Amino acid sequence: MVAALLEQAASRRDPETGGSRLAVEAVSHAFTIRGAALPVLDRVSLEVEPGGFVALLGPSGCGKSTLLRLVAGLEAPDAGRIAIAGERVQGPAPSRLLVFQDPTLYPWRTVRGNVSLGLEAQGIGRERAMRADAALRLVGLDGFADAYPHQLSGGMAQRVALARALVNEPRLLLLDEPLGKLDALTRLAMQAEILRLWQEKQFTALLVTHDVEEALVLAQRVIVLGDRPAAIRAELPVRLPYPRHRDDAEIVRLRREILGILGQPT
Amino acid sequence: MTSLTGAGGVVLQQGRQLPAPPWRGIAAGAAWLALSGATYALPEAGDFPYTGALAAASLALGLILPVAAVVSGKLGRIGLSLAHWTPWLAVLALAFLAWELATAKLELLPMPFFPPPQAILEVFLEDWPKLGGSVLASLKLLAGGYLIGAAAGFTLGVAVGWSRAVGYWVHPVLRFVGPLPATAWLPLAFFVFPSSWSASTFLVALATGFPVTVLTWSGVAGVNKAYFDVARTLGASPLFLVTRVAIPAALPHVFVGLFMGLGGSFAVLVVAEMLGVKSGLGWYLQWAQGWAAYANMYAALIVMALMCSSLITLLFRVRDRVLSWQKGLVQW
Repeated sequence: MVAALLEQAASRRDPETGGSRLAVEAVSHAFTIRGAALPVLDRVSLEVEPGGFVALLGPSGCGKSTLLRLVAGLEAPDAGRIAIAGERVQGPAPSRLLVFQDPTLYPWRTVRGNVSLGLEAQGIGRERAMRADAALRLVGLDGFADAYPHQLSGGMAQRVALARALVNEPRLLLLDEPLGKLDALTRLAMQAEILRLWQEKQFTALLVTHDVEEALVLAQRVIVLGDRPAAIRAELPVRLPYPRHRDDAEIVRLRREILGILGQPT
Repeated sequence: MTSLTGAGGVVLQQGRQLPAPPWRGIAAGAAWLALSGATYALPEAGDFPYTGALAAASLALGLILPVAAVVSGKLGRIGLSLAHWTPWLAVLALAFLAWELATAKLELLPMPFFPPPQAILEVFLEDWPKLGGSVLASLKLLAGGYLIGAAAGFTLGVAVGWSRAVGYWVHPVLRFVGPLPATAWLPLAFFVFPSSWSASTFLVALATGFPVTVLTWSGVAGVNKAYFDVARTLGASPLFLVTRVAIPAALPHVFVGLFMGLGGSFAVLVVAEMLGVKSGLGWYLQWAQGWAAYANMYAALIVMALMCSSLITLLFRVRDRVLSWQKGLVQW
């Protein structure tokens, strides 16, 4: 019933800007290391409704990032099916973008050059600089367009990485621990930033993190993955309005529950 | 206590604001005047038509330097550069003086092999058309060979670094043939190629090409894989990945290869000119030695040093321009 309502809402949305539905169906994947198969994902199934925000939570090295790479189309899964807006993923596409833990900006390009990378790669020449500057304004970095990456702080560089993704108007944004390397204060600011961008742009968001609070403050639903090979251990809806406060009783309760699932002392 | 010395320092600094006599400029001027006097006044063993010219030139320098030191504050960048090089100019004058005394004046060094400064001055003033022509001939040969070698090495390096198939076939050849010094090909090149000029171009290109290939290849192969992931998700074509990601990321390595190639190409150029090509500075050196014209030989060596160091400087300038993003020069 709820799904059907959401579907209706999604179909009413502007098809150019709304988020896409993501469906991961029984996906398994293994790495081959020195001839031995190392399973990292074990029949993982999950769904993210159009415009939804889901967080994947799990211990380090459990295969969360691998799942994002598969969804981005950078690698093909060994088994199972990944579909976006009903279409099977076959290779990368600028409508679903990955933001990495490292900003990985190109040091030889200016900030504007980095942001317009996608437009350039897709052969979009018109209004390229204008769109790049608009994206920089969106993340609060107008005025830094002509700077080089080595002149930016870690938080600023990650904002540029966000702008580089958002300038392409993605329908699905995959966030692979994007705040993992930032200091605590910058982290809080960037969490609010991501939330604002999501509410404004209405893309579907899938966030990988190992920070329980971050997942609870941002996501509408938190999926807890177990150790390698990763399988889904629990799914917890977070029914709280935004902006959320990390001292909220419900957040504290969910945090305790998740840490219990992950086998951590609370 | 510290505050007291601090106060003393301030007083000292204020005292220094009075214009001090330009001791350095005066010392440098005196050294050149000494050279001038010794060159002019002391009897010399032999007939050197340019002894007077050398004495006059050093006299002029000896008079200009102290004056320039006084007004250097008003000369802008030239004044700063003059102030920087003044100690060197002084030492240079003393070295010339020692050289002059050891050769023309006191005959401490055997004569035809060690000509005095005025003999080399004579070569520059009398034989400059031939020297200049040799520089042009060398530059022409070097430019042709270097550009061909650098372009070929760059292309091959990118291909080897990018394509596994190209790497499979080219890598063993590079490993087997690459380390061979380009000069070892000389006898072969001179009868395989139709002219000694084309043979030398080939050799210079070879000497340049190997380091450029290897460094470009390692640069392309070493590009951060995440850069490619970023570009691929953003919809980049394979051509975009090569030209806009792999090549710019590899450029710092490419420049190391270009520097190594330039050094190698100098060596090959001189050998090729000595052995086969009938022009250029290498040939001039060989010719001067054959006629026991040692002053010409030293003059050619000086010109060659100037040429090589200018080319290296030029390449540095190009690199600094192309890789300006690498340096922290642009500050907020």
